[in-house]
Amino acid sequence: MDIRELEIFAARIRLETTKMIGIRGFGHLSGSLSVADVLAVLYGGFMRIRPEEPGWPGRDKLVLSKGHAGPALYSALAMRGFFPMDWLATLNQPGTRLPSHCDRLLTPGVDMTTGSLGQGASAAAGLALAQKMDNLDSRTFLILGDGECNEGQVWEAALFANQYKLSNLIAFVDYNKKQLDGTTAEVMDMGDISAKFASFGWHTQNIDGGCVKSILAALNAVSADAPSCIVLNTIKGAKVPTVEKIEYNHHIVVEGDLLAAAIAECELELQKLEVRG
Amino acid sequence: MNLIFDGSLDKLAFRAVFGENMEALAAADSNVVYLDADMMSSIDTRNFWKRNPQQAINCGIAEANMMGVAAGLSAGGKKPYVHTFGPFASRRVYDQVVLSIAYAGLSVRIFGTDPGVAAAFNGGTHMPFEDLALYRAIPRATVIEISDSTMLKNIMWQIKEREGLTYVRMTRKNYHGIYGEGNDFKIGKGLVLREGGDAAVIACGMMVSEAMLAAEILAGEGIHIKVIDMFTIKPLDVDLVREAAKTGLIVTAENHNIVGGLGEAVATALIEANAAPGFRRIGMRESFGEVGPVDYLQEKFGLNAENIAKTIREAL
Repeated sequence: MDIRELEIFAARIRLETTKMIGIRGFGHLSGSLSVADVLAVLYGGFMRIRPEEPGWPGRDKLVLSKGHAGPALYSALAMRGFFPMDWLATLNQPGTRLPSHCDRLLTPGVDMTTGSLGQGASAAAGLALAQKMDNLDSRTFLILGDGECNEGQVWEAALFANQYKLSNLIAFVDYNKKQLDGTTAEVMDMGDISAKFASFGWHTQNIDGGCVKSILAALNAVSADAPSCIVLNTIKGAKVPTVEKIEYNHHIVVEGDLLAAAIAECELELQKLEVRG
Repeated sequence: MNLIFDGSLDKLAFRAVFGENMEALAAADSNVVYLDADMMSSIDTRNFWKRNPQQAINCGIAEANMMGVAAGLSAGGKKPYVHTFGPFASRRVYDQVVLSIAYAGLSVRIFGTDPGVAAAFNGGTHMPFEDLALYRAIPRATVIEISDSTMLKNIMWQIKEREGLTYVRMTRKNYHGIYGEGNDFKIGKGLVLREGGDAAVIACGMMVSEAMLAAEILAGEGIHIKVIDMFTIKPLDVDLVREAAKTGLIVTAENHNIVGGLGEAVATALIEANAAPGFRRIGMRESFGEVGPVDYLQEKFGLNAENIAKTIREAL
């Protein structure tokens, strides 16, 4: 996909994510929207994957450690053909294969079960180490939340990845500046996240996490010798103004007028991108 | 069965057996990965680590991360073996083990060493008396306690291809020697080490040889007991428990809290089988551990042959 196509893919992820959460009526919409752009870049061609063969051993892997953003990942996977689009409407319905938090046993294309914050960081390190042991040139991508970085396990994993020079591990931090109880600054201030990773021996970049061009450029500028951390400057509820403006928007009711407005905003964004081309 | 029990100590320390076989397992299968949390020198694997750092990974003093890395390695097609002291291999990392490994359907073998009073001079902080309870509560987990070095070697190789989460509880030193070479240790099947019709002791780990010593004491008094090494705590050999109930008295013996361990597992099996005989449990009762020599701790907490014999005498 070229840049414009990636932007359209991201907008479609937002639209599908909003619709699927809207069918259930509540969910982690805002933190799903803030990772739509990075998922679009990864699943829009950057990652080596085979949708028709989700378990292909040579594939790149993704651990969505902020597992509550599952709906955004499901949207990307469905649009890439890992499973039928009509699965999306089953989010969190009884017996679904799309639970609110990612589950590797249920969903084709999901590489790791996540939901207890911090744990995905270690699992990603293990996946990356296994790839190195097998002399594969594939990589493992990790998406962390900024609030998630409160967890000590993230930093244990950061030490480990540096110790074993896991240059095939690329972590993104979704720096949307909010966690459940409020802003990250008022709940537990992480300070300079990239400086912290840098002090753990990681290669770091700070970029506009809502810009697919910047994300792509950052992915092409990672270190060949060290694990890489790309801090994505994002907005919780990104590019859907109705959701962005809700102060406490970690887990929200998505129905009625709010749902209609959010879908309209997603569709408008998509139309603007399509017309522009 | 080839039994060598004569009341003498096991010829081999478990740590020596673990170190030798961990390295041999790695040599035999390039997918075997051994992980430790800065405890390699304590379990005789430091030389293995120096010789083969590709397959022996030191995770530093960060057990939660180690369990997650093991999960990731399993997801990447590897066969991880993980070791640290029992408290750190159980309660410290419980959420990581439950979610990243078991819930995620991955296969990891976890060795927790120095159970209960076996932690001796490391004291109460290092004594897991609840690890069996924690691991038993995890769906489809396999939970094993090793009673002898021959068993340890056998189990280490046997679980290489085992699916799911396996927790192995063992000392780093040695108890009494029980098994000669050539025994078949079938996971999920207890072993009858001694026959007797007056009572049955169902034991695991260090308490197996204590039960054998108790059987000798009681035999001198004309009381003949059956002794079972229930080395697989989960899945429990319910058929053997029911068979033991025919003696009319079951005493369970474990170096663990009486809550959640072998005794409760056996009791539940008996009640659900409508087969409840006389029943007593030996184990820790509302106590934490404390520092001291193993024999002192065994006596203080009733984890020895004398207390098994006394319990049976009083119950009969």
